Amino acid sequence: MLRSILSDDLPKSRWLALALVAILVGLAVAPFLFPGAKSLNVAAKICVFIVLAASFDLLLGYTGIVSFAHTMFFGIGAYGVAISLTRMGAGWDAVAVGVVAGLVVAIVLATVIGLFSLRVRTIFFAMITLAVASAFAILASQLSDLTGGEDGLNYRLPAALRASFSFGDTLFGVRLNGRLLDYYLVYAASLALILVLLRIVNSPFGSVLMAIRENPFRAEAIGYRTVVYRTIASCIAAATAALAGALLALWSSQTNPDTTLSFDIMVDILLMVVIGGMGTMYGAVIGAVLLVFAQNYLQDLLAIANKALAGVPLLANLFHPDRWLLWLGVAFILCVYFFPAGIVGRLRQKR
Amino acid sequence: MKRDWLPLLLIPALMIGALPLIGSPASWVTLTVAGLAMGLMIFIMASGLTLTFGLMDVLNFGHGAFIAVGAFVAASVMLALAPWMTADSIWLNLAAIGPAVLAAMVVSGVLGLGFERIIVRPVYGQHLKQILVTTGGLIVAEQLLKVIWGPDQITLSRPTALRGAFLFGDVAIEKYRVLAVVVGLVVFAALALTLNRTRLGLLIRAGVENGEMVEALGYRIRRLFVGVFVVGSALAGLGGAMWGLYQETVTAAIGAQVAVLVFIVIIIGGLGSVGGCFVGALLVGLTANYIGFLAPKVALGSNILLMAMVLLWRPQGLYPVAKR
Repeated sequence: MLRSILSDDLPKSRWLALALVAILVGLAVAPFLFPGAKSLNVAAKICVFIVLAASFDLLLGYTGIVSFAHTMFFGIGAYGVAISLTRMGAGWDAVAVGVVAGLVVAIVLATVIGLFSLRVRTIFFAMITLAVASAFAILASQLSDLTGGEDGLNYRLPAALRASFSFGDTLFGVRLNGRLLDYYLVYAASLALILVLLRIVNSPFGSVLMAIRENPFRAEAIGYRTVVYRTIASCIAAATAALAGALLALWSSQTNPDTTLSFDIMVDILLMVVIGGMGTMYGAVIGAVLLVFAQNYLQDLLAIANKALAGVPLLANLFHPDRWLLWLGVAFILCVYFFPAGIVGRLRQKR
Repeated sequence: MKRDWLPLLLIPALMIGALPLIGSPASWVTLTVAGLAMGLMIFIMASGLTLTFGLMDVLNFGHGAFIAVGAFVAASVMLALAPWMTADSIWLNLAAIGPAVLAAMVVSGVLGLGFERIIVRPVYGQHLKQILVTTGGLIVAEQLLKVIWGPDQITLSRPTALRGAFLFGDVAIEKYRVLAVVVGLVVFAALALTLNRTRLGLLIRAGVENGEMVEALGYRIRRLFVGVFVVGSALAGLGGAMWGLYQETVTAAIGAQVAVLVFIVIIIGGLGSVGGCFVGALLVGLTANYIGFLAPKVALGSNILLMAMVLLWRPQGLYPVAKR
């Protein structure tokens, strides 16, 4: 049973299994364990980023191609829902239209970019996606009639997802309102998407992707059209990222370039996948949880260090709370050198 | 070998094609000079990147870091020499810019040496890791810049002699752009002469064509590569310093922003080709300025469109490097 749900891709490490169960259960009971709008927000963000990082891992870890346009697809999904909710009013039909529109745009764009650049070399793909994504981010902030420009869009969610909607009294002291429903919608959708991704990477199709990662020339020689497989993989990743974006839009009721399209988010995803472990869906899960936590708590730690070093000129700046990315960047480089398989690879290593 | 002139013809074709669209010859001249200045600055920054790629198959996603460092170092020196910058004498102005630019190049070059050692060397031949590690290097470098110079942007005003414009009738040409064009052409000429007329250049070109053969003949291509890497970094620093003066502000994000343009240019030019890089940079600079005038809303998409059209015509870039 468990085997078939996980597509026969078991954690293969006691500690990893423990961590995954802790994440699964922790996120499931988060609204009751840590009540409050802020912690619920963090939990929902973790769910969304797990999906986003996992879909990126399909590209980076399984297919061996680096895309810098992943946030673009994330943003397309988010803006799809945001725009349709702004234009059509707060109904489920608007959500459906937004999700479908986002998916279509993301897949079409991914196909075009893929066919253009994956034929030549993967290094082309990295550069072209970087260029396209930055142009797209600027375009989104320019077309202010449609996207609200730099400020983004604020919109109303469907009635059932608002805080004012209530479906019963309280349970364990937590009000049963639309936000709770919204959280479980995000949670369930994320869980489902992760299981689908696991299914994909453990299918014969996934094996071909890994073969291409290991030796594209040989995969081509055996008879697999690498361009086609790589393009399909990037389409699947784009579609999943768009769905993650739609979930974020459905959760936060506001969408702006900073939270969906910025290069900072791209860097975050990269860190999540590499530190967690490339080529293992579970690595993306662990990495996403770690990074979202680090964003929220590493800053506090650094603030303490900063205070302790207040007198020293340069060192104090080095430990400034806003410099958390510096330390994660260093961890990232060390990871690529010394633990290319990331945390999950380390845990799975036979002693 | 027969020279391939077609891509070179694109530049005058673009210029002439834009003239009727823009209408007034005066604004056309202004825009063309602006485009050439921008293109040449991008060329200065991009030339090192394309050469390192051609020579050792190393694509440095952290190239933007050198650009940003150059801009910051130059800004610091110029701010320190503020009295000379605001003096009403072109010689004092140049006396301030000279050391600033030199410092920018030296610091970027030294940083390039370290970057090559620490970041790039362990991952030769592994593309995926190269992209990841150099991106990581860019992240760390950008944060370190914020540690050293603070997170706020630095405002940098041009020296007195380089403000304003030359006026010929109703044609206005900004002085700074003329300087940028001159410096850009000098760098291009120096690079072209070195590559085509010296023994060192011969080795570099041979290394781009077939590195193993050069090694087999007894030359240490690694050492050559380190040299090219350092010079490329120093040029990126020079470009960054010029770009900072051009924009009159310097931020830590400058590297990542300009790096996007640099990547577009070297893709258009063909990875590894300096001549292609030159043509690509001019095309990008001119297109950006023309489109920015004609249809400001789509200006930033125009580079992507240009790249797509070039790749449709020549999928490997304007001047593909034969080997790969």
